[in-house]
Amino acid sequence: MNAFWIILTGSLVATCCSLLGCYLILRRMAMVGDAISHAVLPGIVIAFLLTGSRDSVPMLIGAGLLGVLTTFLIEFFHRYARVQADASIGVTFTWLFAIGIILISVYAGQVDLDQDCVLYGEIAYVPLDLWITEEGLSLGPRTVWTLAVVTLLIILYIVLGYKELFLTTFDPAYAAAIGISTSVWYYSLMTAVSITTVASFESVGAILVVAFLVAPAATAYLLTDNFKTMLLLSVLAGILASVAGYYLAVWIDGSIAGAIATVTGIEFMLAFLFSPSRGILIRKKQLQPVQH
Amino acid sequence: MNEFIEFFSFADANIRFVTVGSVLLATSSAVVGCFTLLRKRALVGDAVAHAVLPGVCLAFMLSGTKNPFILLLGAFVTGWLSLITIDFITSRSRIKEDTAIALVLSVFFGIGILLLTAIQHSGNAAQSGLDKFLFGKAASLVGEDLIAFSMVAVLLLVTTILFYKELAMLCFDKAYAKTIGYPVRGLELLLTTLTVFAVVVGIQAVGVVLMAAMLITPAAAARFWTDKLSLMLVLAALIGAFSGVSGAYVSYTAPAMPTGPWIVLIVSMIAILSFAFAPGKGWVSRLLRQRRNKTLILEENLLKLLYHLGEEKQDFQTSYSLQQILEKRAIPKKQVSAGLSKLRKQGYIEKTPAGWQLTLQGQRRGERVVRLHRLWELYLTQYLQLASDHVHEDAETIEHIITPELEQRLMEELGYPVLDPHSARIP
Amino acid sequence: MIIQVENPVVEVHDLTVSYDRKPVLWGIDLTLPAGSLVGVIGPNGAGKSTLIKAMMDLLPAGSGYVRIFDKPIAEVRNRISYVPQRESVDWDFPASVFDVVLMGSYGKLGLFKRPRQADKDAAMEALQKVGMQGFANRQISQLSGGQQQRVFLARALAQNADIYFMDEPFAGVDIATETAIIELLRTMREQGKTVIVVHHDLQSATEYFDWVVLLNMRLVASGPAEQVLTQHLLEQTYGGKLTVLTKVGELLRKQEFPARES
Repeated sequence: MNAFWIILTGSLVATCCSLLGCYLILRRMAMVGDAISHAVLPGIVIAFLLTGSRDSVPMLIGAGLLGVLTTFLIEFFHRYARVQADASIGVTFTWLFAIGIILISVYAGQVDLDQDCVLYGEIAYVPLDLWITEEGLSLGPRTVWTLAVVTLLIILYIVLGYKELFLTTFDPAYAAAIGISTSVWYYSLMTAVSITTVASFESVGAILVVAFLVAPAATAYLLTDNFKTMLLLSVLAGILASVAGYYLAVWIDGSIAGAIATVTGIEFMLAFLFSPSRGILIRKKQLQPVQH
Repeated sequence: MNEFIEFFSFADANIRFVTVGSVLLATSSAVVGCFTLLRKRALVGDAVAHAVLPGVCLAFMLSGTKNPFILLLGAFVTGWLSLITIDFITSRSRIKEDTAIALVLSVFFGIGILLLTAIQHSGNAAQSGLDKFLFGKAASLVGEDLIAFSMVAVLLLVTTILFYKELAMLCFDKAYAKTIGYPVRGLELLLTTLTVFAVVVGIQAVGVVLMAAMLITPAAAARFWTDKLSLMLVLAALIGAFSGVSGAYVSYTAPAMPTGPWIVLIVSMIAILSFAFAPGKGWVSRLLRQRRNKTLILEENLLKLLYHLGEEKQDFQTSYSLQQILEKRAIPKKQVSAGLSKLRKQGYIEKTPAGWQLTLQGQRRGERVVRLHRLWELYLTQYLQLASDHVHEDAETIEHIITPELEQRLMEELGYPVLDPHSARIP
Repeated sequence: MIIQVENPVVEVHDLTVSYDRKPVLWGIDLTLPAGSLVGVIGPNGAGKSTLIKAMMDLLPAGSGYVRIFDKPIAEVRNRISYVPQRESVDWDFPASVFDVVLMGSYGKLGLFKRPRQADKDAAMEALQKVGMQGFANRQISQLSGGQQQRVFLARALAQNADIYFMDEPFAGVDIATETAIIELLRTMREQGKTVIVVHHDLQSATEYFDWVVLLNMRLVASGPAEQVLTQHLLEQTYGGKLTVLTKVGELLRKQEFPARES
């Protein structure tokens, strides 16, 4: 049963991360995703200090806000202080992450978080924290419920905003010209990434979220030319990695999150080498532009 | 306080070593970071830093020892491999650079974590301390390790100084460097190697996770203080060194605290203060400049106004009351009063019983503003074909900014004109 | 030579546009007649793209205003279409030709609504007009430059707008595409649409456009093609830079000066 809960948790994390990751990599914002995933840490610690728990709505909102603040900060440094774009990302997230780690050390007694958890989560402990109703009925691990709600929200967001997200990602100038607000969709996407990062934090840690955001999406991007298929494939790749990663971790007795990240990397490598349309080892005749 | 004195007297040999070590580690990565920053590849360093972890773990697994040179070698190999992988992925597929960096960073780190946890669970007693690579260990750097890493740091600094000219050219203008016969490929390789080495030694101070800050942040901060590369290197090194010392101090006074995050916090604060307050480029100094412009505009507008009033009467020796001034132009009363008293202090106007009057100096300056205004109006109508009823607004701004050289140039181009487009005389 | 028209479709009044406080367009004042093919012509860096972007309110104006159909732009967004420069998007994007053309309907659909059959038919029809109906399911990464341009054009057509802004639609396309595009633009003009095209080939300008705007940081001329494309005005457009103007622009940027006093 434990294995089931762990794999389910991993799959839920993989689902929401992969979906959002598709937009991030197509917008060339993979490193912003990386930055957000680091920068939510102080938010998580502060929310934890205030509310005393990890699976709470204030936690999701508080830490999620910090993620959005990160994108504002990066933009602010870049636009108003004119810091070079990549340096602005680098300075912002390392700074916030350092604050987070220091807070954890200072409040070590009051915060049930440690540095290992920050790095690679505690997915193995997920089944231990059960949600038990007053009647004594066990409804399964709390984290699974939180993640399920977040995953549903993300899917809803993508389904409802599909065409706007698609257009603002592909051609923001045209979107603006026909009256679709690019900044509304940009910031809502960043909010979604932040909330996902916070929700995934307990299971895979702040840093390995990046692997879940980027690798399945990149794998899918090499396998298809259809955006909807890309979304589906990335989710499949993410779930597959969760299953395979779990057994890999059991086999070599290591971190589950680390193992899942490793598998997402292997998946990408396979797609990179053997993708039917774009694999570098497939000597199939490349489709050339047809002269008209 | 006692601890402070104890630490900074450097009486304890151990403290001396640790301080020298941290300073060297932080300095070398700051210097190399300047070049990667200028080449707009700052975040690549982040990927290398994370990619070092599996190398360290593999080296330990294969050798079974924590010999610094062996771990360093492992770190070096995977660090290098990560850079090659990023380049390979971006050049051979449609994956863009940012995705490749994030991908390599997280997957290599994931592998590292998997290996590290596997080692920890294996019960091998020798492994303890490997996790220090994650967040740094400035204070516990002793003996053999310290000597090894310091040597590499010194080597890095020396190499950078030796190849200063070539590396500068590479960052400044790669194409030009190629045409004048620099071995650009080789130099890129050298810079890559330097980056990997800087990361490998730098993580001793701040750890894998925050290493990016040691490369990026001092360089980004230094960039705000100077436009000269040599000075930027020195400043970045100083900022790095300062944060290194602070880190060593923190480790000394609070052994439970992770050193890396403190170093990063300090260096980040320096950077953010630089972004805000560095003279010239800083955000605040730019805001101040904007405010100074506002004052300048107000003062010159007042002088211009008094000059206009004088021009109407053909007499510049009359005084005008505040009321008359306010009637002429809608400026908030408070601003006018403040502006007038400032102008008086500067000697451009005098207060008379009847109100305010231009001094000779003030008349001359007012005249110049009016002249520039009319010259610019003429320039816009003649060279930009703007209608004469559209040029006034533009000239209202430009009259305050034209330098004496540009004024001369305008006069020449317009052929020393007498009348502006509205047939007003150009004084 | 700046000719103003009665009842213009586009009215630009005293427009100054700056990048980083440095004005790239100074005090533009022009009006464009309805139902015409307008060419915006000038050397590199003259601010041609900037002008049409500012007309669509994609860039903030330092001063002045733009009115389209005698209304502020926000009120007439659904009557405006835009064909961006081809290089402005990533053609590796996982989308089919049809996906891109269907985007033409997004503006009218509003939030949460999916394209209906009528929108799909309109998209197909637009593809037909540009001669790409056979490519509907082709991935956009597999298109040639000319085909990419046609797809962008089809997207704009599917929108069925009244005024079209096109940024360099003839850049880097083959002869066949160029002829096809100009034919299409002429048909659009016959239907009473206004098309504003950024163009940099002087040779074809007389033939293609009935109204020409000559631009080089400032408006040099605006009027019927045959009156504007004269040796004298072209020399003014392409001839020596206005050094004083450039220097003042630099000063504004360096000194952090506001574009307008207040």
